[in-house]
Amino acid sequence: MSAMFEAVDVTKTFGGLTALQRVTFALDGGIASIIGPNGAGKTTLFNVFTGLYRPDTGAVTFRGRPLVGLRPDEITALGVCRTFQNIRLFANMTAAENILVGMHSRIRLGLRDVLTRGRRFVDAEGALWQRAGVLLERVGLRGKGNEIARNLAYGEQRRLELARALASEPALLLLDEPTAGMTQAEAGTLMALLRRLVGELGLAIILIEHNMRVVMEVSDRVTVLDHGEKIAEGPPREVQADPRVIEAYLGRRAATGRAVP
Amino acid sequence: MIAATAAVAFVALSSAAVALFPRSILVFLLFQGSLLYAYVARIPGWLRATLLGAAVLVLMPVIGTYNGYYLALALGLNIVVGLAGLLDLGYVAFFAVGAYSWAIFGSPHANVLFGGTGFPLPSWWFYPFLLVGLTVAAGTGVVLGLPVLRLRGDYLAIVTLGFGEVIRVLANNLDKPINVTNGPRGISPISRPPLPLEVSYAVGFYFLALLIVVVVILVNRRLEDSHIGRAWEAIREDQLAAQAMGVPLVRAKLLAFASGASFAGVMGVVFSAKQVFINPESFTFLESIGVLAMVILGGMGSIPGAIVGATVVTVLNLQVLKGLSLWLNELKNAGVTIFGYNLANLPTQLEPAKYERMIFGLILVLMMIFRPQGIFPARRRQRELGEQ
Repeated sequence: MSAMFEAVDVTKTFGGLTALQRVTFALDGGIASIIGPNGAGKTTLFNVFTGLYRPDTGAVTFRGRPLVGLRPDEITALGVCRTFQNIRLFANMTAAENILVGMHSRIRLGLRDVLTRGRRFVDAEGALWQRAGVLLERVGLRGKGNEIARNLAYGEQRRLELARALASEPALLLLDEPTAGMTQAEAGTLMALLRRLVGELGLAIILIEHNMRVVMEVSDRVTVLDHGEKIAEGPPREVQADPRVIEAYLGRRAATGRAVP
Repeated sequence: MIAATAAVAFVALSSAAVALFPRSILVFLLFQGSLLYAYVARIPGWLRATLLGAAVLVLMPVIGTYNGYYLALALGLNIVVGLAGLLDLGYVAFFAVGAYSWAIFGSPHANVLFGGTGFPLPSWWFYPFLLVGLTVAAGTGVVLGLPVLRLRGDYLAIVTLGFGEVIRVLANNLDKPINVTNGPRGISPISRPPLPLEVSYAVGFYFLALLIVVVVILVNRRLEDSHIGRAWEAIREDQLAAQAMGVPLVRAKLLAFASGASFAGVMGVVFSAKQVFINPESFTFLESIGVLAMVILGGMGSIPGAIVGATVVTVLNLQVLKGLSLWLNELKNAGVTIFGYNLANLPTQLEPAKYERMIFGLILVLMMIFRPQGIFPARRRQRELGEQ
């Protein structure tokens, strides 16, 4: 029995640059974090997972279905959704409309329903807007539904992006630096929310994160990338103590415990 | 209450004035102003609808069917450019496709194409051909859309511009080896449809165009206010994020192209029947640009914007600017002297009629500088959410 989500030997090169070198990754549930210095290939890995990039070699499977070669929207429909490092909301649409776009792959209405606007359409549309309200409330944006996304505060935009991803009813959520630009308190609230989502909805989450306090607190497992290679993997505490990880972050001297002159 | 009275009085007075002086530009501007007032004033919805509806009936003798064509075209292009953000510079091609589909079968020309003497089709075929024109144009939209949808922005604009020209040049040259379009000589006479009541063709076509415009507005609104419209707007805002959120890009864009094209196709059928004669000259690049100007001037992605934009541009071109050059011409012919210069001595290169386009261009430039969002920019829908 293979894991719910599995990536095997994923390699991705851009011209002469190897962004990912035979990375293997698997997840069955809970929260897994991917950390690593800038340019380690974390976001590239997400882009491969969600179909934005096609890997040179390697396979990615979700619930036994191969994802390589599928379009991003097909992958979202299967239940893998993501947020972006540099927030990518639909800036001129309202917060609620942003969430409704996230529901697109779950809407079972055809062109005929839209044009005839029968009972089926009206009911379905009403339910969508109701659910958008619930999602807004869940991420703490109650009452902000009719605001234009562009006008929301930075932290609110991050949370709206999370709600938009949740709207697609994913089983696996990929979050690319969700706490970037947040205060420690805000980050703490967000992490508590993620924990709740895992507990209540049985969601699996992969997190790219720079905030080490967050990573150590919330992760069930940490994967470390450096120069496109996986250099360590395991429970947070073990990874934290791994000399190779310390070397990647702080340099060789720190790793060997010698004083820096 | 005051606003309602004022709106009724304004619209009624200006309508009466239009009826009395159908050729006066000033009166017409006044009438347009009253419509705008009725549109924005704080009055009940039913009153607004009645006023605008009544005003539309008065518009009839003045600008008639011409406005109808452009309304439908602007509303169609508004989906493609305004909502989905796909800059289409060859939109008139779909209008041409619709027009030629009825022109060929609704005239004896089809006999040249297929042999025999079975054509033109009986004139009632015009009505089913509204659907044929719609389908053929939508199909053309899909055919154009499939290869070019990977392109964005400027690149898409250039390709659609080329496509518009290809259709026009095809229409111009497809008189041999098989005579499909009869080339630059055009096709005539094209049958006119039987009208249900004893009315003149001018009135009949006006109401036909009006009916189609109403249907187009209805369809447009329903599309816009659904997951399809939201997907289009998401693509306009951020194509990559839209796809990552589960919007199938190719399907959504094809649908935008096809529905935009279908509106143009229907009106093309009406156009060819109304004109009795069509040739490729009616479908030039300038027409595409004109419709685009209507959409942008009115306010991109906004249905009232497209309507107002189409009306303003049509009225500007057919009434205001024409009237202006007529007036200048009269001054010239009368030999009026301005600043000691006799206008009768004006060289032919500076004839007033030549200013029309220039003034139109100037208006566009000023508009874009001072109100880039258009006359009626799109308003976001506000809605109650389940968050009590």
